[in-house]
Amino acid sequence: MKQTISVLVENRAGVLNRITGLFSRRAFNIESLAVGVTDDPTVSRITIIVDSGNSVVEQVEKQLNKLIEVIKVRTLEENTFIGRELMILKVNANNKTRQDIMTICEIMGAKVDDISPTSMTMELSATPEQLDTFQAMMRPFSILEVVRTGVIAVQKGGGKI
Amino acid sequence: MNGAQALIESLLQEQVDHIFGYAGATICPVADALKEHPEIAYTLVRTEQNAGHMASGYARISGKVGVCMVTSGPGATNLITGIATAYMDSIPMVAITGQVPSHLLGRDIFQEVDITGAVAPFSKHSYLVKDANDIPRVVKEAFHIASTGRPGPVLIDIPIDVQEQKLKGEFSYPEQVNIRGYKPSVKGNELQIKRVAEAIARAKQPLICAGGGVWLAHARDELLELAEGCSIPVVKTMMGLGLVPTDHPLNMGMVGAHGNHCANQALAKADLLIMVGTRAADRAMVDPVDIQRRMATIHIDVDPAEIGKNMQAAIPLVGDVKVILRQLLDRDIPVTDSATWLERLKDYRKAELSRQFPRREGYVFPGTALRRLGQRLEEDAVVCVDVGQNQIFACKYLPQKSGRLLTSGGLGTMGYALPAAVGAQIAAPHRQTVVVCGDGSFQMAMNELSAVRAEGLEIKIVLFRNHTLGLVHQIQSRSPYHGPFGVALDGSPDFETIASAYGIPSITVSDEDKLDGALDSFLGEKGSCLLICEVHPDVGTND
Repeated sequence: MKQTISVLVENRAGVLNRITGLFSRRAFNIESLAVGVTDDPTVSRITIIVDSGNSVVEQVEKQLNKLIEVIKVRTLEENTFIGRELMILKVNANNKTRQDIMTICEIMGAKVDDISPTSMTMELSATPEQLDTFQAMMRPFSILEVVRTGVIAVQKGGGKI
Repeated sequence: MNGAQALIESLLQEQVDHIFGYAGATICPVADALKEHPEIAYTLVRTEQNAGHMASGYARISGKVGVCMVTSGPGATNLITGIATAYMDSIPMVAITGQVPSHLLGRDIFQEVDITGAVAPFSKHSYLVKDANDIPRVVKEAFHIASTGRPGPVLIDIPIDVQEQKLKGEFSYPEQVNIRGYKPSVKGNELQIKRVAEAIARAKQPLICAGGGVWLAHARDELLELAEGCSIPVVKTMMGLGLVPTDHPLNMGMVGAHGNHCANQALAKADLLIMVGTRAADRAMVDPVDIQRRMATIHIDVDPAEIGKNMQAAIPLVGDVKVILRQLLDRDIPVTDSATWLERLKDYRKAELSRQFPRREGYVFPGTALRRLGQRLEEDAVVCVDVGQNQIFACKYLPQKSGRLLTSGGLGTMGYALPAAVGAQIAAPHRQTVVVCGDGSFQMAMNELSAVRAEGLEIKIVLFRNHTLGLVHQIQSRSPYHGPFGVALDGSPDFETIASAYGIPSITVSDEDKLDGALDSFLGEKGSCLLICEVHPDVGTND
């Protein structure tokens, strides 16, 4: 089961290294990981997606808490948070296919960032599942490059960690 | 004042009185500053790993943080095993390493290694100091982190230019530590305490399993008070040995794969298991799933991550073991009706204590030697035990009084005993200090006889010589393997000559009839002494 862990850490060199090192040595598998500074410049938020059972996630949470530079850890419960991921996708495009690609972009709400006689580049911010759908729809046109940021998430409502 | 002087000043603030180390180019400014402070003694080891083990032995006996200090590159990498050994046994330690100049970091220059990166998996925390003005805060934090919560080793890596850097203004040492991500729990949750008390009151066949965490929390008295007050028998893990004296009526010995039969029988038949300061690792709890199915379980530990890691206890209780036991004792737990249970266990114990050891002409059986050694030791003796068959024999059969048994229980590092004994005796010069080792483990650390000699220590070394790496020999002699390989200690030196080269007398015994006399003269010797017991190579730990 995919689970989303939100971690607040000291914004310092080497912290990310400790976090990823912990995952590898405890044999926890990271599905995705996104880092960015918060409103407080001394604190970064890391959003980690793991695909594991509850007991593993509980142990991940406890091990993360043991790191001195980790300030807070919270596993976000399903349906209680907004999770989004950004994708930039470059696809082969010519006069014959361009219109079909545009139609899919409109349906999915993707924005075209760049165009050339042989290609188109789009961005889409959505849930990982929607990104998967978009990517699958683009595959027949021959995808040149895909880059995804990994999910970032916040809790719904007024709650915060 | 420069960074190196600020470091020494900070160590003085932490009441450091001994450093175990090895010199090198990138730590020279600190050596220079240390020279001015004879109140901090310094022991030069012969290989850096042993600086870690000496600091460990020192920490375990003094109750203070052990300090070791080495140079960059190979000095730092040699220390790694010492740090990992301390980490696995949760020993409070601060390791200081010199580093190449900070503007050259990352260029792979002479004796450069990323030591903070290398020790990340097995250190509690580490610092790479980039500004000398941070040194007082870093040292304060390092000692706080190393000694609180679940103790462990903390590394401070200081580039040589930072050691030489002048501090801005006067030296001032912070009074308090404030690390927002580090607030270890101390008090146990009252509701959980109540549940624990109720579970104890309900149990008919309760059993305490005490681990190294009880020693680390200085909670031996509270443990005994709980066991005696509620009539609960106690088994110990290897790290918990010595918490309950061997002749105590509630003592059931060491539990686990290499443990005492009576301890394992008690564990097999208990209806409530109270784990205190133990991680329930594989050697102690061979089948945790089976245990949690068969009986009620309580797990008391300072580290929340231990709860549910190896065993899912029914009642977890997180906090300082000493504080929690005191909270429990303050509740007046009703004495359980465990008389039948205790009666039954008494028979198991009697069988274990009267166990007959095998005899072989021309050899000494380790169990026999250790039993007779233990009877002769002083009340508060410190026995440092190495790794291999000698460890299992000593942990199973050496009678415990109110002293300590120090061994590398977690990492199982051969060569731990002798340097740990050096550290232990420096911490407590008047306590009888004994080493138990094999001819394999002794050869991993015998270069530290120099420290024994230089410091004028009195360490009694019992060496079981069987000319093989006995425990591996034993494993390889059983299915699925096809016999010993690569374990014969060919080419070993004459240990009597080695000892005498360091000015240490030795006694060799190969006849059990002469064992008592040999032990008496060995322990009666003024100064250090080596006792070599000839052991047959086919002796196994289950014999």
